[in-house]
Amino acid sequence: MKKRDEQILSEEEIKRIIVRISHEIIEKNGGAKKLALVGIRTRGVPLAGRIAQVIKEVEKIEIPVGSLDITMYRDDLSAPRVPSPRVQKTEIPFNVTEKIVILVDEVIYTGRTIRCALDALMDLGRPAAIQLVVLVDRGHRELPIRPDYIGKNIPTSHFEEVKVKLLEVDGEDKVEIVKLKEPYRRGKGGS
Amino acid sequence: MALKSRHILGLKEIEKEEIELIFDTAESFKEILSRPIKKVPTLRGKSIVNLFYEPSTRTRTSFEIAAKILSADTSSIAVSTSSVVKGESLKDTVKTLKALGCDLLVIRHFSSGAPYFVSKIINCPVINAGDGCHEHPTQGLLDLFTIKEKKGNLSGLKVVIVGDILHSRVARSDIWGLNKLGAKVRICGPRTMIPQGVERLGVEVYSDLSKAISKVDVIIMLRLQLERQKGGLFPTLKEYSSFFGLNKENLKLAKEDVLVMHPGPINRGVEIRPEVADGLRSVIEEQVTNGLAIRMSLLYLLLGGKEDKGA
Repeated sequence: MKKRDEQILSEEEIKRIIVRISHEIIEKNGGAKKLALVGIRTRGVPLAGRIAQVIKEVEKIEIPVGSLDITMYRDDLSAPRVPSPRVQKTEIPFNVTEKIVILVDEVIYTGRTIRCALDALMDLGRPAAIQLVVLVDRGHRELPIRPDYIGKNIPTSHFEEVKVKLLEVDGEDKVEIVKLKEPYRRGKGGS
Repeated sequence: MALKSRHILGLKEIEKEEIELIFDTAESFKEILSRPIKKVPTLRGKSIVNLFYEPSTRTRTSFEIAAKILSADTSSIAVSTSSVVKGESLKDTVKTLKALGCDLLVIRHFSSGAPYFVSKIINCPVINAGDGCHEHPTQGLLDLFTIKEKKGNLSGLKVVIVGDILHSRVARSDIWGLNKLGAKVRICGPRTMIPQGVERLGVEVYSDLSKAISKVDVIIMLRLQLERQKGGLFPTLKEYSSFFGLNKENLKLAKEDVLVMHPGPINRGVEIRPEVADGLRSVIEEQVTNGLAIRMSLLYLLLGGKEDKGA
């Protein structure tokens, strides 16, 4: 058992994970032709951009990249909470219909965010398939949702938060576990 | 960051930071309008009532469409076909809506202050869709949002509001909002239609349109509110039009990239020539589209993620 409140992924490790997952995506889909990447706000977006970059280097194909905000699809908007979570922009500059959409998120926990993202994508068209990339799977699923590509499995308790920091958003690359006094609930800060 | 008040009654009471939150949210919601299927489940199960004591096309339809895009249920009450005709008071009408379990009330009324009165009776958020000559905050917000979208920033812009300032609730909301965001506001119209003491709102008053328009970034033309005027404020429509109408010639006095705005409905050929209203500098149609985004934003901010605990 590792000591808590510690770093679990370094900059180097995150880099290797991105390269590995990019190759897995290409392998599983027999190339990159029909692919499109969609990052879930906030930190799924830079991750999607990095994967697109690696795929471009390997396959010499530029894959379209979009970003998705799932706030409008949350199932807890009527919960007693002030203020209403901030709605950010959804930018999908391509038609998702007939595309294999690779959804990218930083951490998967209950699976509810992914449920929202699936609904949001379905509203935008009819993808040929949707696959899911997560940097960290921390367990505790409440819905039958399973990622196709996982950076690292990290068993956690409800009283912990997996904090992903990315260069593009936070100025550094690292993943750490933080202890909390109350059970973790995603989206308090809008992510 | 959240809205400080649970109602939207006027721009006078809204702070700059709140306006910015409303704009950011509106920008995000605007994306839905470009989708093939314009519907998200955000406000599923919420009931929104539009109570209109005055005629309206764009405001009422805009609120209805905004609510429907967010999956809320809407009912619109046109007073001419309601129990108001049988003599039911505003208070009783609102109490009935309260008992019917309405989650948000949009109200337009010919009396200034009616939405404020209503907000004290009903236990849900109230949005003012225009009250007498007082305020029309959603129109004000969509005007500001349109300017911001086109110009990037309102700070330092010269904006002129032309026409019947006296009867215009749009002008009052625009003035409050423009001042809060740092624009310099001029107003222009016949002396009979400029309210006394209006300078105290922080505006420069002009009675010569060509001077008022000179080098401005934005021109907001107002509708001549013939239904509110008691008459005698100006000699003839033709004369009004020749002194205070916007046409191709006087438009040249403004900055080259000027925006021409109008809250609608337009009296074509009276306050604005058709070739200007439909011209290159006009953003009148964008105003209508942005109105949807602003109203979606407000409905979400007032209803999304908050449990109503009664008034």
